[in-house]
Amino acid sequence: MDQFLQQLVNGISLGSIYALIALGYTMVYGIIKLINFAHGDIYMIGAYIGFAVTTYAKLGFVPALIISMVLCAILGIIIEKVAYKPLRNSSRIAVLITAIGMSLLLEYIMMFFVGAGVRSFPKVLSDSLFYISNITIKMQQIYIVITTVVLMVILQFIVNKTKIGKAMRAVSTDKDAAQLMGIKVDNTISFTFAIGSALAGAAGVLVGIYYNSIDPLMGMMPGLKAFVAAVFGGIGNIPGAMIGGLVIGLLETFVSGYGNSMYRDAAVFAFLIIILIIKPSGLLGKNTKEKV
Amino acid sequence: MKVLNKKNIITLVLILVFYSVIQGLISARVINSFYEITIATICINIILAVSLNLVTGFTGQFSLGHAGFMSIGAYAGALTVMNTNSTMGFLAGVLIGAIAAAFVGIIIGIPTLRLKGDYLAIATLGMAEIIRVVFLNMNDITNGAAGLNGIPRYANWLWLFVFTAVTLILINNFIKSSLGRACISIREDEIAAESMGINTTKYKVMAFSIGAFFAGIAGALYSSYFYFIKPDLFGFMKSIDILVIVVFGGMGSITGSIIAAIVLAVVTTFLQSFAALRMIFYALLLIIIMIFRPQGLLGTKEITDLFKFKKKSEKIE
Repeated sequence: MDQFLQQLVNGISLGSIYALIALGYTMVYGIIKLINFAHGDIYMIGAYIGFAVTTYAKLGFVPALIISMVLCAILGIIIEKVAYKPLRNSSRIAVLITAIGMSLLLEYIMMFFVGAGVRSFPKVLSDSLFYISNITIKMQQIYIVITTVVLMVILQFIVNKTKIGKAMRAVSTDKDAAQLMGIKVDNTISFTFAIGSALAGAAGVLVGIYYNSIDPLMGMMPGLKAFVAAVFGGIGNIPGAMIGGLVIGLLETFVSGYGNSMYRDAAVFAFLIIILIIKPSGLLGKNTKEKV
Repeated sequence: MKVLNKKNIITLVLILVFYSVIQGLISARVINSFYEITIATICINIILAVSLNLVTGFTGQFSLGHAGFMSIGAYAGALTVMNTNSTMGFLAGVLIGAIAAAFVGIIIGIPTLRLKGDYLAIATLGMAEIIRVVFLNMNDITNGAAGLNGIPRYANWLWLFVFTAVTLILINNFIKSSLGRACISIREDEIAAESMGINTTKYKVMAFSIGAFFAGIAGALYSSYFYFIKPDLFGFMKSIDILVIVVFGGMGSITGSIIAAIVLAVVTTFLQSFAALRMIFYALLLIIIMIFRPQGLLGTKEITDLFKFKKKSEKIE
């Protein structure tokens, strides 16, 4: 039982990080129907920005988080304007290949400038541990969960209560109709990229703190897993991505904890394939009918 | 329809001439062993790119897991060669690798090919990752992450050339057959194809498993030529490498894939000492092609179409 609860704690903290990344995927997919492969690499760059800010500027956790989020948001907008906007009307495969290209570009440009080696993240949070009966909870895990919850509440507020959030929902429902209603579609798409990238940047800093090590290829796997989370929750659906992230985090920690940790990546992908076959629209997604 | 018509004889002569010229250059040591490796890479990449082109370019099913099938062929081929250690064993290994890959292709294809577009891409990517993880964990057979070392080298220019030529001829004939036409109709419009009575699932799985078959051949050749394989060689990046060739050459163009495989291999050889730059170059190439020429070098045309067009216009004059 203790082991179960311990895995639950670890799973929730890992799952929160996946949920933050998955939100970016799901929002971008919802609005322009693109799997933004470069999203995982924005998360990697977020981790490096956090690393630079805490190591060289000696700032604390909260400033690092905010700086990383702002810079990643700007990066997200730039990527959207440079690589995806010229392809707004071309085939989806073309945009998907561009996204893969963008992902490789970010990875290897980073590798070119900072080297391929692993860097250790400075300790910005205390290492103190809490014990509840036999379960250990790390200080970092509490921070991760609190940060994630705060960011998600802010996100829900933006999407559901503000004017730009309304515009985002309108564009993702029907782009042409939204444009006819006087919504600036391009600005709305840029804003979506900015929010998604900011969340990825926050996730990058949190992962750096949690695992203590960052490298230029760290974004690939978590990016794909976060995508699985988004698909599980129902792609384009924001609460779905949160639930999906937690489920994937739990799945991964339980497979490592009770089974063989070597199989945890395979388990996530097997899970994806099963979802796609049984319920392709995901947990909370809407079924779309195919029109001829 | 005679088998030995004029066109086939010309093709055969061209194939033999091409083989002998390169063989002559290798024997005369004009092509040293360093460039020989480039040639081997080109042959293997052509097989991989053309087989992926059948799936992605001609049938329109976007697959990101081609390296997974290559790894099955590589392991099956390597294990057979290591246990038999003869040319016959090598050929049997290639065949076993190809059949094993095609078999896995059918098993994977039946459930996943119901998905479309980006979902299929992610599902195939996931499948390739699962295959990689399985090879990583079969320590007794595959030696885990360390990989298999000291695979006897039976793949030489002769066999590489034979398999490349056979692959090209078979896939070209498949595309020109009624089966291939059915595959192309699925790419053009799946719903329309279905309403014309084409069993789309059947043809998709067929194209997918044929693609896997040839990827298996490429894998087996790779393992025998380069002595050494490990699961990480066949990860996501390898699938992307193959995809870059197909996209660069043009999705739906066999000659395009051949040209792209040659161009990219030559570029890679020159960028050998700057491995990091090579990947930046690849990434930029992908983005720029997609923005400025999304159909690739040749689009869905073949190099031979250009000559045909010329002849026709001459007649009109």
